[in-house]
Amino acid sequence: MLLLRDAVRFSWHALTANTVRTFLMLLAMSIGVGSVVILTALGEGARNYITNEFSSLGTNLVIVIPGRSETSGGDPATMLGVTERDLTLNDALALTRHPQVQRIAPLNIGGAEISWQGRKREVSIQGTSAEFLKLRHWEMSQGKFLPDTDWQRPKSVCVIGINIRNEIFGAHAALGKWLRIGDRRFRVIGILASEGQSLGIDVSDSVIIPVASAQSLFNVPSLFRIFVEVKTREAIPKVMAFIKNTLRDRHQGEEDVTVITQDAVLATFDRILTALTYAVGGIAAISLAVAGILIMNVMLVTVSQRTSEIGLLKSLGASGKAILKLILIEAVLLSSLGAAFGFALGQAGSWVIRYAFPVLPAYPPTWAMVASLLVALITGILFSLLPAKKAARLNPVDALMRR
Amino acid sequence: MIKLENIHRNFQVGDQTVHALNDITLTINDGEYLSVMGPSGSGKSTLLNLLGLLDQPSSGKYFLNGNDVTELSEDMQASTRNKNIGFVFQVFHLIPRLTAAENIELPLVLAGIDEKIRKQRVSHALESMNLIERAEHKPPQLSGGQRQRVAIARATIMQPSVLLADEPTGNLDQKAGLNVIETLEQLNQHGITLIIVTHDETLGARSTRSIRMLDGRIESDNIASWTG
Ligand SMILES: Nc1ncnc2c1ncn2[C@@H]1O[C@H](COP(=O)(O)OP(=O)(O)OP(=O)(O)O)[C@@H](O)[C@H]1O
Ligand SMILES: [Mg+2]
Repeated sequence: MLLLRDAVRFSWHALTANTVRTFLMLLAMSIGVGSVVILTALGEGARNYITNEFSSLGTNLVIVIPGRSETSGGDPATMLGVTERDLTLNDALALTRHPQVQRIAPLNIGGAEISWQGRKREVSIQGTSAEFLKLRHWEMSQGKFLPDTDWQRPKSVCVIGINIRNEIFGAHAALGKWLRIGDRRFRVIGILASEGQSLGIDVSDSVIIPVASAQSLFNVPSLFRIFVEVKTREAIPKVMAFIKNTLRDRHQGEEDVTVITQDAVLATFDRILTALTYAVGGIAAISLAVAGILIMNVMLVTVSQRTSEIGLLKSLGASGKAILKLILIEAVLLSSLGAAFGFALGQAGSWVIRYAFPVLPAYPPTWAMVASLLVALITGILFSLLPAKKAARLNPVDALMRR
Repeated sequence: MIKLENIHRNFQVGDQTVHALNDITLTINDGEYLSVMGPSGSGKSTLLNLLGLLDQPSSGKYFLNGNDVTELSEDMQASTRNKNIGFVFQVFHLIPRLTAAENIELPLVLAGIDEKIRKQRVSHALESMNLIERAEHKPPQLSGGQRQRVAIARATIMQPSVLLADEPTGNLDQKAGLNVIETLEQLNQHGITLIIVTHDETLGARSTRSIRMLDGRIESDNIASWTG
């Protein structure tokens, strides 16, 4: 009986003796496995990115967006916020009257250059109120957040993220300094401890000022968002209805805002992106199947090229089973090597994506890695079964005659 | 001992039946030196393939050392081939990517013999075939005579009782051919049953027994007087 170790050595020898064929097969397999890994990593990365963005906002959150969306609830397009009618500070104030509303914060966003003693940076400025701190579950590292005063009154104070602090103030104490934002000056009253991403802005790169100051700084009367935190999860539908009714009344009966829950947004994105991941995974799996068929063809060619060798082995006493074993081992070696290379390729590709787009956590999901490796191995073996059986059945006399 | 009883081997070619072997009855004793001669197409190779269990008779019985080998399963036939029969071909049939030593080792590998024992037996075979310096050479780097000696070493590494050679000198010049024949005869003197198919009358005359074939039949069977 042919020993497994010797069979592997013999097959390995056959593989390495024919480098072009081996290289082509490895390439096909690697591309198949690699593309499954990379594409699913991309899909998964996009899903995680969106999920992180929105889950970091806070809990039991209802978001009011100016502009009307036809599909109620989480249409991602509405997140871009096409303004039809202004959403005003008074609108936001009107929403505080519901007993189930825990807290409310308006939000305005704009870009501006900040500077202090010649150090400059372009940042995005968030205009909001005192409640925003708790609503976002942020922590302060130094000083205080915005004061809890009348939203309508501008106040020349600001709260900055840790990156801004380090980049603009360096070794100097930041608290109490006057930071120039656009053409105005704001006194730094607090520094945020929190980090991480949300709404596309890194918390540590944030500069936060009172909402009224932002409105006059950017000269935009409308709000970008109103965040409403509801006391309990169960009360969310009621509060949403209240918001819609209140704002319709305030806007002369026009439903010109979109009210969404964070959960709905998350669920929608999650659904879309999971489907996307499966879809790209499936497409990539087709390339694996193609690789399998390629392996079958190449193995068939191999068997006919090596017919006289197979005849010889039989004349030396190899049974059909031994021939089957040799050919299958060759296929297993090839496909597992291909799978390993593909896996490395996929991991490297995912790393490149993460390196190029740091916000995108493009890690391939475990199921995709396991599945691609398994599919590679199984197709490799399955598609080699036919050529291997053909080889095992060869008539030794005929096989020896062929050259 | 080899015993063939009323062996027929027919090939169907289209609607024509070729009687490659037509009622062959033959007994070959252990240690005999037999040459098989006859015109092209007379069935010499077919007979040899059948003796080597590479081919099955259409009818008739084949006893090898008293056992009816036509009844054996495919696996058992393969293992009988491995242990009891050595083949030497006109075209050598060496695997070009393997070294001389690795080619010789193949039957031992197929038998699943331990690597240490394999190496010992291979180096012993290389020595007796005068191939020690060629051990790590691959077939394309060897002369025809050397290749055939590698093939003979491979055919005899399992110490089979029967050695079958189908025109072993057909691809060699006279000197190398003679050297190969002498090597085979030496093995025969050590007890192996040697059966050689040849077209060369002088080679045929060297054997102790010579059969002539014609149209699938044994035309004559002389135990020639040894003139060596
Ligand atoms: N696989 C086959 N299919 C059909 N006919 C075959 C086959 N093998 C051999 N034959 C026929 O059987 C007959 C005997 O062939 P064989 O090869 O035994 O002759 P041979 O004596 O070895 O000839 P040569 O001296 O040319 O090698 C020939 O007529 C040949 O055509
Ligand atoms: Mg012949």
